[in-house]
Amino acid sequence: MATATRLLGWRVASWRMRPPPAGFVSQRAHSLLPVDDAINGLSEEQRQLRQTVAKFLQEHLAPKAQEIDRSNEFKNLREFWKQLGNLGVLGITAPVQYGGSGLGYLEHVLVMEEISRASGAVGLSYGAHSNLCINQLVRNGNEAQKEKYLPKLISGEYIGALAMSEPNAGSDVVSMKLKAEKKGNHYILNGNKFWITNGPDADVLIVYAKTDLAAVPASRGITAFIVEKGMPGFSTSKKLDKLGMRGSNTCELIFEDCKVPAANILGHENKGVYVLMSGLDLERLVLAGGPLGLMQAVLDHTIPYLHVREAFGQKIGHFQLMQGKMADMYTRLMACRQYVYNVAKACDEGHCTAKDCAGVILYSAECATQVALDGIQCFGQTLSAQHPPGREGETQGQTSLEQVSTARELSCKILLPELTPRVLLPQLASRISDQKLPFLKILLCSPTPLGQSSLAGFTKLRWPYPLLQPHLLPHPYTTALHLC
Amino acid sequence: MAELRALVAVKRVIDYAVKIRVKPDRTGVVTDGVKHSMNPFCEIAVEEAVRLKEKKLVKEVIAVSCGPAQCQETIRTALAMGADRGIHVEVPPAEAEHLGPLQVARVLAKLAEKEKVDLVLLGKQAIDDDCNQTGQMTAGFLDWPQGTFASQVTLEGDKLKVEREIDGGLETLRLKLPAVVTADLRLNEPRYATLPNIMVSPWPVGTEGLGVASTLPAQCPPVVARGEGRIQRRSHAQEAVTWSLADRESLLGHLCQY
Repeated sequence: MATATRLLGWRVASWRMRPPPAGFVSQRAHSLLPVDDAINGLSEEQRQLRQTVAKFLQEHLAPKAQEIDRSNEFKNLREFWKQLGNLGVLGITAPVQYGGSGLGYLEHVLVMEEISRASGAVGLSYGAHSNLCINQLVRNGNEAQKEKYLPKLISGEYIGALAMSEPNAGSDVVSMKLKAEKKGNHYILNGNKFWITNGPDADVLIVYAKTDLAAVPASRGITAFIVEKGMPGFSTSKKLDKLGMRGSNTCELIFEDCKVPAANILGHENKGVYVLMSGLDLERLVLAGGPLGLMQAVLDHTIPYLHVREAFGQKIGHFQLMQGKMADMYTRLMACRQYVYNVAKACDEGHCTAKDCAGVILYSAECATQVALDGIQCFGQTLSAQHPPGREGETQGQTSLEQVSTARELSCKILLPELTPRVLLPQLASRISDQKLPFLKILLCSPTPLGQSSLAGFTKLRWPYPLLQPHLLPHPYTTALHLC
Repeated sequence: MAELRALVAVKRVIDYAVKIRVKPDRTGVVTDGVKHSMNPFCEIAVEEAVRLKEKKLVKEVIAVSCGPAQCQETIRTALAMGADRGIHVEVPPAEAEHLGPLQVARVLAKLAEKEKVDLVLLGKQAIDDDCNQTGQMTAGFLDWPQGTFASQVTLEGDKLKVEREIDGGLETLRLKLPAVVTADLRLNEPRYATLPNIMVSPWPVGTEGLGVASTLPAQCPPVVARGEGRIQRRSHAQEAVTWSLADRESLLGHLCQY
């Protein structure tokens, strides 16, 4: 040190004396586009909320998003959850007395959108924790349960999850087979659950089980339970390796004579279906913020790229086709935004319809897929599967790809199982084929079991799918799939 | 010493992460449709003011910003971080492009006297023009001591101990209050406004001159011609800068006292 001082002067010495500040962002965060919240009809506080959350995520999540997707793991998940808890965004709809923020669904959608903008997978985990778990507790829990579980869930110390799907019960969720037998003051749970987001990490889970397997109709036998991680007989299996939403840990839950106290019934015995179905509407609404964030992220990456990349002597953003794509992407995003925000506002005022809650997730997920595909087209040759970090065009292109697969997964995972009781599968299949997603149609229309457990097959299989024949698919999609 | 009052100046600039593009006609950079946010050094200054308030050394923190209507967002961010009041000095968009450190310093000096503050905190420079002049000029107009590039600020009785980062290392100054301090990068790490703060923070409309009275053009005398090799800036003098402040007459007098 003294030598350095003498040889190089005080300038260098003083610099070397000081450690780099803790918050110093050493790599360039990706730039965001401004969002015109005046058109979106947001109040000043809501705009401020969006800006604050976006800034936080730009510095703390966006730099890690690529790595999370590549490795299918979010290494500092717990720490990040506590940071979110400090910001106050985990318990947005929870009452203030338990540490929540006491706000509405529109604010929840905004935060969901911003988190998905930074990383779609983490957005899904966030939605599962804050809406599926925390909001269900808020709406259906009794005082004792709220006081026991909400504070730690809201502060980020606990991670929450919700379990309803089973290996043989996805779309047809009321045909679930997880058995809950009453034994004195406890219930013994036997069976398993599948596709549970946050399953590997969750400390508190809301689990739907059949207390009366012989009930007619079958929905009358469902009860909701609150299960804790350490309860005897409860275990989780290995994390699933998914196509999209990589980083949002999903796994199977195994119940082998799992003992759950009767005090942990959420709602009433055999009345779990009301908890389930009413929760689904709000879940769809809040998770519709995910595709909005994905679309915005595509724009964030694509628009600057179009202004920078040159071909044939001009910036490619000046070519008419690219301008057409820009217009399509932007208008799809804005149209979806108005729909989602308006439905959220109506829900805040107490007017919550199942039709529109399902409609927002259907439309925004489909638009997100389209926007992401457009984004891929804009990047063109710069896309590559393996690229060294720091080459921004390719980084952005890769992110676009993640968004396609994420958007697709979202539309399939969330949309199909819940909507198919209401929307006939063939109708959906034909609509999707119109939108040039032929591989999805193949899956849906193929004979059971792959077609019926559409989600199961789609989300579980990695490339190459046994069913998909790339040489039969149109060119841009082949490129996309090869790179997924 | 909890009777101290702090004035923090914040500037709305293009976000640091945005890729800057030059306008096709080469008259400047593209600012339309580009994300803006609070200058990072100003965030550090606001954070320092709020920390002093939390330590009960400062009673009130006033955030001020000069510029067009969009500056209110920046002031709101400062309020959400913990400032008590906000003042927006409204400048019409046409003139806002020519707003430079000199004009802003005059405004800040006037406001500091009017609000009777003891401490003026600013960021050391703005990331769009990198001038590094406003704080120093403000201190000059007010004839107050200044501690620039502060990396540590401590209150000792009625003196302010400021540790500055200079070329040769670290310098410690003791300033008699009232004083002007400009924040450097290592002063602190700014907080994120938490959700409760965002929702609770009201927008106190004790803003000077937000209710626009008729605006008067202020003509400044011409600037001395610049030599070659200097940055060719449009002379501030020739532009008519309109202000809307309650006591515009006294400000006029101040401005024309070049």
